[in-house]
Amino acid sequence: MGVKSLLKKALVSREMEEIFDRVPKEAVGSYGYDPWGASLEGSKIGLAIFKRFYDNYFRVQAFGLENVPKTGRVLIIANHSGQLPLDGVMISIAVATNPNGPRAPRAMIERFFPTVPFVGNLLNEVGSVIGDPINCIRMLERDECVIVFPEGVRGSGKLYSKRYQLQRFGHGFMHLAMQTGAPIVPVGVVGCEETMPSIANIKPLANLLGLPYVPVTVPFPLPARVVLSFGEPLHFPREVISEEHVAENVERVKEKIRALIKHGLHQRKGPFF
Amino acid sequence: MPAKKTGKKKQKVLVTGAAGVLAQQTIARLSGSHPIVAVDFRRAVEIGPDIPSYRVDFLKRGLEDVFRQHDIGTVIHIGRIGTDIGGKFFRYNANVIGTQKLYDLCVKYNVNHVVMMSSYFVYGASPYNPALLDEDTPLKASDLTLNLIDTVELENLSQIYLYKHPQLNMQILRPTNIAGPGVRNNIGRLLSRRWAPVLMGFNPVMQFIHVLDLADAISLLLEKPKKAGIYNLAPNDWVPYKTVLSECNIHAVPFPSVPTGLTVGISRWLNWKAFPSYLVNYFKYPVIIDGGKFERTFGFKPARSLEEIFTHYRELKKEPWV
Repeated sequence: MGVKSLLKKALVSREMEEIFDRVPKEAVGSYGYDPWGASLEGSKIGLAIFKRFYDNYFRVQAFGLENVPKTGRVLIIANHSGQLPLDGVMISIAVATNPNGPRAPRAMIERFFPTVPFVGNLLNEVGSVIGDPINCIRMLERDECVIVFPEGVRGSGKLYSKRYQLQRFGHGFMHLAMQTGAPIVPVGVVGCEETMPSIANIKPLANLLGLPYVPVTVPFPLPARVVLSFGEPLHFPREVISEEHVAENVERVKEKIRALIKHGLHQRKGPFF
Repeated sequence: MPAKKTGKKKQKVLVTGAAGVLAQQTIARLSGSHPIVAVDFRRAVEIGPDIPSYRVDFLKRGLEDVFRQHDIGTVIHIGRIGTDIGGKFFRYNANVIGTQKLYDLCVKYNVNHVVMMSSYFVYGASPYNPALLDEDTPLKASDLTLNLIDTVELENLSQIYLYKHPQLNMQILRPTNIAGPGVRNNIGRLLSRRWAPVLMGFNPVMQFIHVLDLADAISLLLEKPKKAGIYNLAPNDWVPYKTVLSECNIHAVPFPSVPTGLTVGISRWLNWKAFPSYLVNYFKYPVIIDGGKFERTFGFKPARSLEEIFTHYRELKKEPWV
């Protein structure tokens, strides 16, 4: 019995198997892998491991999950924070265990991850892919549920002093939504800012290691309560009139996310409660 | 003077690289319906009494004699100096300059169909590659290693002829990893072994096409209308490298993966034909290509499964001499 089979036997409950059986499965090859290296077995194990943290450590509260379409292409757009991609993991689990209709989420990750031994492959195995527009288009064309953080490292690597302040959004996600006709579900993530509060970025070390940032922060994520607020799907016309028009659409998404962050902040009594 | 074409007799199909298994399988499929001429730079291959076969160096003038003596209508250019033979300058001359001479003869002797065998290596194994690379993706292989320059240059040269000489009806094929009985390329050699290196922390998904499927695909091109262009050839099936090794009964040997210079240095020092230093990144990052265009254009899907390929290599291990 391989390591994967042992892990699956030890970690994946029958309840989890039942949830995954309800997830619409896109085309996979004869060995259970898709072209991005994701596997059903790997996703089950990843979900089983992180669901424990989701329930017991970060005590995630998810609102508005009914806004995530049960089938068909969709872009989930959220604010990014917390140095590590924990927000992506938490949104993925919320979507994969959505009582209204679970989906197999595909999180777009920063481009440096594939170069990191073990981490890149593990992320691929559970369904994450590098944030390349071609990947995103291909997945949306396959009617998948794609999670994008348009702030990228500007959001995840920002200092604690800038918490809950949206950084510049790239316009790429809006072009993809308009090109493919995918609706956008905005998400406000609250709590990940407090999991790894950073007071400084050691830029020379980051440059030396080829990383986007090296934060001065706690050695492990703190047990902040995470609140996810999913907004109603936003639809945009397919025709791009001008880049200014695209920017207006992006601003509309940002406004929604700001409102959803505010909603999330009102839901908790404090960062850890 | 170029040979005058009578239009009465069926024009011949020139197949290069005749000593290789892919060319031989292609010839076997075509020989019943087309007159064949076989050439190879290694030796004159004994194929059959009705098939003229020559040892030809593309850089020498003798190549033109083949065109003078035979009315060639189609050229299937499979022959290549492998990455394990000679230095990069020798390979460049033989593959790029030699192929240019071949294409010039195709133009001179009014050849009306050229099938050129390229490789998915041209895309390069970059960590930033998206999956399902299509034929319009920029070719990045030469960014990564000088040893693959001839592969990319050969493609560029072929593309020049594709557009400059539309009468050649050139079809450039970029197959993924070719495997199966008799295949002696890098991956074929690797899968035939009992031990293979695995870069620690990396397990890229891969694609494989059975050599018989590829021969079927090439043969099909002679039966279908000549739609010139560039085509990826790969099945819609994907499998991680470590699973491949396990399915082929190969023991995985951990190999340092970072820094890349160390991996390349060790690989170069070992001088292992199955795992050359310039292909290290292909065992680190996935290069997944989209074979949809070929499938849609010619109605072709590979018939043989990954399991069939792996079974061959499993069975091979039962032979005492492997």
